[in-house]
Amino acid sequence: MNWTLDKSRPICPQICELICVSVAKGKYAAGEKLLSVREIALLAGVNPNTVQKSLEELERRGVIHSVPCSGWYVNENTDAAAAEVRTLRVKKTEEYLAAMSQLGCDADEIIKYLNECQGGMS
Amino acid sequence: MNELLTCTGLTKRYANVLALNNIDLTIGHGKIIGILGPNGSGKTTLIKLINGLLTPTAGSLLVGGHAPGVETKKIVSYLPDNNFLPSWMTAEQIVNLFSDFYEDFRPALAYEMLARLGVPKDMRLKNLSKGNKEKVCLILVMSRNALLYILDEPIAAVDPATRDYVISTIINNYNPDASVLISTHIISDIEPVLDEAIFINHGQIVLHKTVDEIREEKGMSVDALFREVFKW
Repeated sequence: MNWTLDKSRPICPQICELICVSVAKGKYAAGEKLLSVREIALLAGVNPNTVQKSLEELERRGVIHSVPCSGWYVNENTDAAAAEVRTLRVKKTEEYLAAMSQLGCDADEIIKYLNECQGGMS
Repeated sequence: MNELLTCTGLTKRYANVLALNNIDLTIGHGKIIGILGPNGSGKTTLIKLINGLLTPTAGSLLVGGHAPGVETKKIVSYLPDNNFLPSWMTAEQIVNLFSDFYEDFRPALAYEMLARLGVPKDMRLKNLSKGNKEKVCLILVMSRNALLYILDEPIAAVDPATRDYVISTIINNYNPDASVLISTHIISDIEPVLDEAIFINHGQIVLHKTVDEIREEKGMSVDALFREVFKW
């Protein structure tokens, strides 16, 4: 898992996003145990308190749950993670559209560019 | 003992220079905090006051409920901004000295870190490079099992790869009771591990916030905010 973070945004939501995406893509299976707080902190190079806060936030949103004396586990039901990722996709698309319209493109032109660049998608 | 460090109305005057002006500051347990400010802003003065190397002109300061003295030195592990070790000693001799000095010193951990960072333990300190000397100092400080670690400019001379190791050492050593206070100019390297940032200028605290609050409110990194606040 790639833990690259953007320093100009709060770190907490970024860690939440990364974990949700991993769950939605199946890198973390339903019911699988996450890395420990300290392991995540070391990998991402961030403060353990921040990681702890992120995991608690994900628990509130129904993506993961904690098991006392054991650690954090992905919920059996991964719908919440999928919903988070859907929101993220909409947000990214809106950002892209806003950037393109600032470059003077209308909807038809944007679709044209999308078709042109499709080959670059992996 | 809720707060690890409490300063109330702390003031320090050198002759006619006001180095710290009426500072109120509290620091809790389990936090990693950056003290950030331009040169001559009062960072080191504050740190020296916490360590009892200076006495306040006015105001008070408590570390773990005690005024600076023998009791606070037991729980504070301090890395000064200049070299404090006798240069004729080897790293090994110094580890032994520290083991005698501090009850909470963990020699095995010190040797492990020395080996990991490739610092020869049988060479005299004066023959080591500046960066290696800095590593020895830092290893000694982090090898104590203290409640408050105070690092004054810990990473100025070491290379970027070692900086990463230093930061992972701080994360690894993290425990919910202990706090780490770091003063530095190299903000971008340490800002991901900070809980809180304290900006000091002209002897006053201009900002004391959690770093995620800073990113949220200003939409910029702590490094970028520093450059904006302290722009010439």
